[in-house]
Amino acid sequence: MNEVLLIIGMFLATFSTRYLLFAVAGRVHFPEWLSTGLSFVPPAVLTAIVFPAVLMPEGEMWFSLDNPWLLAGIGAVIIALVRKDLLTTIVGGMAIFITLKFVVGLG
Amino acid sequence: MSADTVTENIPQDAEDKRHNAEGNATPRQEFFAGARATIPLIVGAIPFGIIFGTLAEPSGLSAYGAMAMSLFVFAGSAQFISLGLLSAGAALPVIIATTFIVNLRHMLYSANLVPKVRHLPQRWRIAMAFGLTDETFAAVSNRYLLQDDIRHAHWFYLGSFLAMYSNWVLCTLLGIALGELFPDMTKWGLDFAMSVTFIGMVVPYLKNKPMWAAVIVAGAMAIATVALPHKLGLIVAAICGIATGLSFHLLEKKRNTQAGGEFS
Repeated sequence: MNEVLLIIGMFLATFSTRYLLFAVAGRVHFPEWLSTGLSFVPPAVLTAIVFPAVLMPEGEMWFSLDNPWLLAGIGAVIIALVRKDLLTTIVGGMAIFITLKFVVGLG
Repeated sequence: MSADTVTENIPQDAEDKRHNAEGNATPRQEFFAGARATIPLIVGAIPFGIIFGTLAEPSGLSAYGAMAMSLFVFAGSAQFISLGLLSAGAALPVIIATTFIVNLRHMLYSANLVPKVRHLPQRWRIAMAFGLTDETFAAVSNRYLLQDDIRHAHWFYLGSFLAMYSNWVLCTLLGIALGELFPDMTKWGLDFAMSVTFIGMVVPYLKNKPMWAAVIVAGAMAIATVALPHKLGLIVAAICGIATGLSFHLLEKKRNTQAGGEFS
C-alpha cells in the first residue's frame, strides 16, 4: 500500500466534502431527501464494518454462543442502549471481551 | 475578559450576553471563547485519538502514515474506518471512496454554515473547511445561535478548530508511542476496540424505525457481500442500508400526511 497516495486520496476525499459548498457559497439549495439520506450514512457504514468483524472474526461465519466477539458486541449494544455514553460503552465492551476471551477462555 | 466571564455565568440572560458581545468581543476574545467552548467535546475525542494511534501499526499503517493522516486528513471516523479496511486488505480506491462517503455528512454541515462564511475571503473559507469536524460544527453552531454578531465569529471558529486539531495530533502521537511500547496489544483484543467504538457511535442514532431498518440492512448486506473483492461489499452494504432508511422515512412521511389529510 502506497501510504503517500493513500493520504493524498483521503485528504482530497475529506476536504472536497467540506470545502465545495464554502467555495461556491452561493444559493445552494439542499433538497430535504438528500439531507435525510446523508443522516443514514454514518450508522450504515459503521454497522457494515462491525457486523463482519464480530460475526466472522476469523474469516468464517461464527454464529454461536462461544464466539467472544459476538457476545461482547451484544453486550456493548446493551450498555450503549442503557447508558448512552460512548466511553462507558468502550470500557464495558472491552471488559466483557477480555473476560470472555482471556479469563473464561472462549475462542 | 472579566465582563465576558460574568455574563457567561448567567446563560439564562442570553439577551444581555448578546449585547455585550456586540459591544466589545475582539478577535482575540472570540478565538479563546471558541477554544474554551470546544473543550468538553475535545475530552470526548481524546480516547479516539489515542486508540487510532495505537491501532495504526497493527493495522498496517506506519507511524509516519498515522501521523500524516491526523495532520492532513483530520477526520476521526474516516481515519478509523481506513484502519479497519487496511487490516482487511482493501484496495486503495475502495478506502478513498469509503472516506468520501463517510465524510458526506460534512457537506450537510457546510450547507448550514454557508450564510456565515459568505462574506469571508477564500483563504479563510479554506482554513475553516479544513477544520470542519463534528465537534467544531457543534461548537460554532451554538455560538451562531446565541449571538447574532458574526463580525469576528470566524476567529471563534478558528479557536475551536485549532484546539481540536492540536489535541487530535497530540493524542495520535501518544497512541503511536503506546503502540510502540506495547507491541503485543493486538493480542490483548485491541482489534475488538474498533468494533466496540463503532457500536458506541451507532447506537445513539437508533431512535426511529428508518434508522433501525438502515442499520439492520447494512449489517446483513455486509455479511452477504463479504466475498466481494477489495472489500467492495462495504460500499454495497452501506448504499443498501441508506436506501432502505430513506425509503422507510419517505413511506412514514407519506403515511403521516395521508393520516393528517383524513383528520383535517
